[in-house]
Amino acid sequence: MLQVVDLTCSRGDRALFENLSFSVRPGELLHIQGANGCGKTTLLRALCGLSQPAHGEIRWQGTAIRELAGQYRTQLCYVGHANGIQGDLNAAENLRFGTCVGNADSHADITAALERVGLSRAARLPAKFLSQGQKRRLALARLLVSSSPLWVLDEPLTALDVHFGATMSGQLASHVAGGGLVVITSHQELTVAAPIQKIQLDR
Amino acid sequence: MPQTLLGTARCIFRRDLTLAARKPADVATPLAFFVIVTSLFPLGVGPEPNVLSKLAPGVLWVAALLASMLSMGRLFAADYADGTLEQLTLSPHALTPIVFAKVAAHWVTSGLLLVVLSPLLAMQLSLPGQATWTLIATLLLGTPVLSLLGSVGAALTLGVRGGGVLLSLLVLPLYTPILIFGAGAVTASASGLDTTAYFSLLGAFLLLALAFTPWATAAALRISLD
Repeated sequence: MLQVVDLTCSRGDRALFENLSFSVRPGELLHIQGANGCGKTTLLRALCGLSQPAHGEIRWQGTAIRELAGQYRTQLCYVGHANGIQGDLNAAENLRFGTCVGNADSHADITAALERVGLSRAARLPAKFLSQGQKRRLALARLLVSSSPLWVLDEPLTALDVHFGATMSGQLASHVAGGGLVVITSHQELTVAAPIQKIQLDR
Repeated sequence: MPQTLLGTARCIFRRDLTLAARKPADVATPLAFFVIVTSLFPLGVGPEPNVLSKLAPGVLWVAALLASMLSMGRLFAADYADGTLEQLTLSPHALTPIVFAKVAAHWVTSGLLLVVLSPLLAMQLSLPGQATWTLIATLLLGTPVLSLLGSVGAALTLGVRGGGVLLSLLVLPLYTPILIFGAGAVTASASGLDTTAYFSLLGAFLLLALAFTPWATAAALRISLD
């Protein structure tokens, strides 16, 4: 279970949100909503441990993530704004590198994952020739080969076409149904067949 | 089973070498700089072999040091821009060995190539044969220290506007001891003196840098990403 207690994050001197508390249990999806600049990305980065909150604590299974460090990171798969794709490597190489750095099975089936995100024909193409949407698909393919229960996704649906957006929603639903946790920001309404918890940040 | 630490480090090392091979211009620029700067001296000072061979140790070492510093900018810049660095920090493994793998790959594609080029340029400055061997050995010991120290500066100046100039201000003062003992050893060897002490000191610097800089670089990267 992911637990956030009295969390305050700030940019410079300005507090983005104050004393935020919530928890996400296995089998739950948390949809964070709010206007541009209200601190959604900052919150997600704090949840990953990438940035330090000004105040408050984030706990995983009851222990602060700062104490868990690497142990927490084995439970986590983060897809942020930046796709983490090198233009000079091809799609397969990029995904293989992603699995090798992240928390994926070292024998994960790269070809199958690329096929599921519809990139099998572009697998040998340098990633700089992929479109925005295809790059996004490639970044999201990391989720398919990851074995982490907690997915933290920052606007995963941007640049995706309607068809793949639906595929992705199905993927989220099956992850949650399998006891996974998802924390997601999106300006679109989510049509995921799973219990959705919502937080409005800019209130 | 996720990758072991060694597997991850090897994977990062191999990827950075692949990337360097696909962007040869990035690798070639500091090398060309090294060649051009050393070639300017015979043109500026005149072709007198006695003068040139006296200048050679200092010129070669300063040029190698500047070329190595020039190449430091690309160590993390691309990974920072495209978000790979975030993924590296979120790896279940500690960031320090990951940084070490990146610096090692960077040294192979910068410092090691400077060492390979150096005998050719030493010949151009009419450095005696014995001193050329000393030059190669000191550069082999010294350039990894330059890469390791430079990585701290590169991590600290990530995402900063005008980072290149700031990087040189941060790193050049730290490079001076390596320059003094590196060039000193070559000068001593050219005059037929014993160089053991110089090598011991350069070796000590390398050990210290290996022990502390990857850790400092990892901390600086976390600060830059926050």
